[in-house]
Amino acid sequence: MAAFSLKVNADVHTVDVDPETPLLYVLSDELHLRGPKFGCGLAQCGACTVLVQGEVVRSCVMPVGAVKQREVTTLEGLGTAENPHAIQQAFIDEGAAQCGFCLSGVILTTKVLLDKTPKASDEQIREALSSVLCRCFTHTRMMRAIKRYQARGHENSVLDGHTSERDVRE
Amino acid sequence: MKTLYLTDTHLKETCVNKEFSRRDFLKTSGALVVSFGAASVIAPLAAAQGPFDTHPSHIDPAKLDSWLAVASDGTVTAYTGKCDFGQGMLTVQTQLVAEELCVPINKVRIIQCDTSVTPDQGTTSGSQSTPTNFNTQNLAQAAATAREALIGMAAQKLGSPADQLTVEDGVIRARSGKRISYDQLIGGKRFDITLNFGAKRRSPTEWKVLGKPVPSLDWLALMTGTFEFVHNVHVPGMVHGRVVRPPETGATVAHVDEKSVEQIPGLIKVVVRNNFIGVVAEKQWQAAQGAELLKVTWKPGPGLPAQKDFYDSMRRQPSRDVMLVNSKDVDEKLKAAAHILRATYSHPYQAHGSIGSSCAVADVQANRATVWSATQSVYPTQHGVSTLTGLPLDSVRVIFVRGAGCYGINAADTVSYDAALLSQAVRRPVRVQLTRHDEFISENYGSACVIEQQVGIDARGAIAAWDCATWSATFGGRPGYDKPGNVITGMLAGFNPETVTPRAAAEPSGELRNGNNAVPSYVAGCVGGKCSGGGSIRSERVVTHAVESPFFTGPLRSPLRLQNTFAQECFMDEISTRVKADPVAYRLQHLSDARIIDVVKAAAKASNWDARPSPRRRNPRTGMVDGRGIACVAYEGDNGYAALVAEVEVNLVSGGVQPKRFFIAHDCGPISNPDGLRNQIEGGILQGMSRALGEEITWDERKVTSIDWESYKTLSLGIELPAIEIVFIDRPTAEATGAGETAITLVAAAIGNAIFDATGGRLRQVPFTPDRVKAALREL
Repeated sequence: MAAFSLKVNADVHTVDVDPETPLLYVLSDELHLRGPKFGCGLAQCGACTVLVQGEVVRSCVMPVGAVKQREVTTLEGLGTAENPHAIQQAFIDEGAAQCGFCLSGVILTTKVLLDKTPKASDEQIREALSSVLCRCFTHTRMMRAIKRYQARGHENSVLDGHTSERDVRE
Repeated sequence: MKTLYLTDTHLKETCVNKEFSRRDFLKTSGALVVSFGAASVIAPLAAAQGPFDTHPSHIDPAKLDSWLAVASDGTVTAYTGKCDFGQGMLTVQTQLVAEELCVPINKVRIIQCDTSVTPDQGTTSGSQSTPTNFNTQNLAQAAATAREALIGMAAQKLGSPADQLTVEDGVIRARSGKRISYDQLIGGKRFDITLNFGAKRRSPTEWKVLGKPVPSLDWLALMTGTFEFVHNVHVPGMVHGRVVRPPETGATVAHVDEKSVEQIPGLIKVVVRNNFIGVVAEKQWQAAQGAELLKVTWKPGPGLPAQKDFYDSMRRQPSRDVMLVNSKDVDEKLKAAAHILRATYSHPYQAHGSIGSSCAVADVQANRATVWSATQSVYPTQHGVSTLTGLPLDSVRVIFVRGAGCYGINAADTVSYDAALLSQAVRRPVRVQLTRHDEFISENYGSACVIEQQVGIDARGAIAAWDCATWSATFGGRPGYDKPGNVITGMLAGFNPETVTPRAAAEPSGELRNGNNAVPSYVAGCVGGKCSGGGSIRSERVVTHAVESPFFTGPLRSPLRLQNTFAQECFMDEISTRVKADPVAYRLQHLSDARIIDVVKAAAKASNWDARPSPRRRNPRTGMVDGRGIACVAYEGDNGYAALVAEVEVNLVSGGVQPKRFFIAHDCGPISNPDGLRNQIEGGILQGMSRALGEEITWDERKVTSIDWESYKTLSLGIELPAIEIVFIDRPTAEATGAGETAITLVAAAIGNAIFDATGGRLRQVPFTPDRVKAALREL
């Protein structure tokens, strides 16, 4: 065991754990964060995805000792229920979830891609998501949400003022 | 905008609701996220989430108070035994209660599946939640009963005839201007009445909240990462458990070397009960290391049948047989037929493969137990935990907390048992997280099936007789109330799984039983002189054979219905090819059920169906070819109707199959939430595509070898997505049917038929891997 200082979602926490402990377990069990989740523990599905200094990381296989001074951002660190991040808002607008367990992988992976490559082609988006799984197969809506976020650019948004294409369609 | 709408109840009350808008919803949805915070439910058993005493003996589904309570602030709390796994039951049940009680949706709170609070509604499964709670009983009838009772009370208090009262947002008004609210009438008090089956339901033609595309109530919390899954439950004093499953199927424990892990810091206990082994430690990482490092000597299992011959060996096993229809003239009609056509289809074991490996938390003390579980079956799980722990049933409470989408009995039940056994052994709350490997090697797979089809065709090309025999592999299943051995943990702990007792088939009697869709849609389905099948073929014989499986099995989304429909709908295509008929026209020629006919016609129309016999007969050798295929079903015989057209491209060199477009016509009676329904249909089609194209449990001589997401092939988010077009056939006056499993039932058949149309190669074995496609092409 060893005491670590960990910067997560702009807060600094001190945790006393074995440095080999996967970052996911620290986020879930010690800090009680709900965004990253245990999917496979093998870095094959994406459910545990977090950002470490802005880069996509599968937290189920990253030892907490390897994080060091870098800042960790989880899905709940992106935006709040009161003020969701624009990409979260795009997923809300498109209703892009069923069980929702996979969303950390889908949203954070996409966000990093589009931050770096705002005009990413469909092929680039597919490539980025080729190791992200959604077993409810909400793929159609997720892809619509991603395109919606991409089309609107990256400005933050608030709940009011949005109209959904779905309202018109229904 | 306000809309006035009238009901034709005997009370003739006028109920006014505000038109629901998405904007209204979004403004209020933050308050609507129903989350089962563990902190609020760790209090003693009696102090639960309900406003009244909460103990199993108080939960009587005949009493209104078991279903509904109006709080002193006017909030309506409804208790349901049908829970939400991501399929939308929370939202539609909220809509249902708001609709029936004429209250805004944000005044309704739903409590789902808690053995100390909610009525025992068995298992949330089988596309039964909507039929159960939205038709003429249970939650719907409770809400209608409450509305009529409140209007009756208001009539007395306001001194006005009931038929001159209006209701708006939970406030009842008389013409005189006097008004009284629900909370003034009953707030915080019991109704103390029984369910009134004469209370009139609001008609779908009057719906203002139901029937609307209400956004799912959990989306905001899900997208922002604050939704509480069972994986997020934390109980004070909680420690962590991991299990050690037999490395080979059927292996048993010879010796456990506890010393092998005693150096691990934080280790609390190695727990052994029969063949069940678990490790408990202070922290999850310590428990994980303990489970990995624990030295166990195993006695080998009996070995596994060779996978390459498995479908043949299934048909040689002793079996439990059921005859579903038998017109007793099939052999004679086959002899007289102008042509005979036969084909055999096979479908593999497939995994539920929930994205989150299963997890549960249990707190088993000397005299009581609480389990936080993502099970579909809180009451049966309560019984199972009682049996495993030896605690009286009344002392066990199981609280549903959502897990990852399950699609049937994933490992949520078994991990609840794991947590209970480990907690009982250490007398502390224990959280158990299964690994992906644990779950893949021992979950209750969807059954492997072999289906033999045979028809006689008359001189005019019509089907004269249909003969069908199915084999499905089964072992264990849902534990129900008294079979904890039906899942791996129960069996390892010493309880017997249900096995197959061979039995010859009796002649069919009673009513047609087509819950597994073993009886093709095209036969008359006559039992005891009453014909309730979907078609016109009167010479019919269907026999099902259940054989013992080497692996645990259990319901997986559209259990057996998907496998049977795959065989029937592909075979129907083979027959239409044999007689050079268009597959749509040939189906319609043999169908009599108006609802199946309507979906077939609607799907064909939506897809601009290219009417001609299949295949297209272009005989290209290389490159890409495209084709279209159709399949239809009356799910479980009468629990939902759909027809699906698939358009696919096949790469003749690689054998790769790329679905390009799907068109589905869907009829589930009145539609409670069109957006939720679309979500289910879209997901069902793509999940069906994944199952049709890649998913298959594999094994060697001793063990399962599909153990992770590299060895078990699922379609990732990086695939090229087919377009999906949905046509709803709305039937507001029909009974509500299930809708979560209808679409997926059709996908393998529609894709298989489209591959045939494109190439002339017939795939009779799922999944349609590139190798199998190439093998089918080589046979041409």
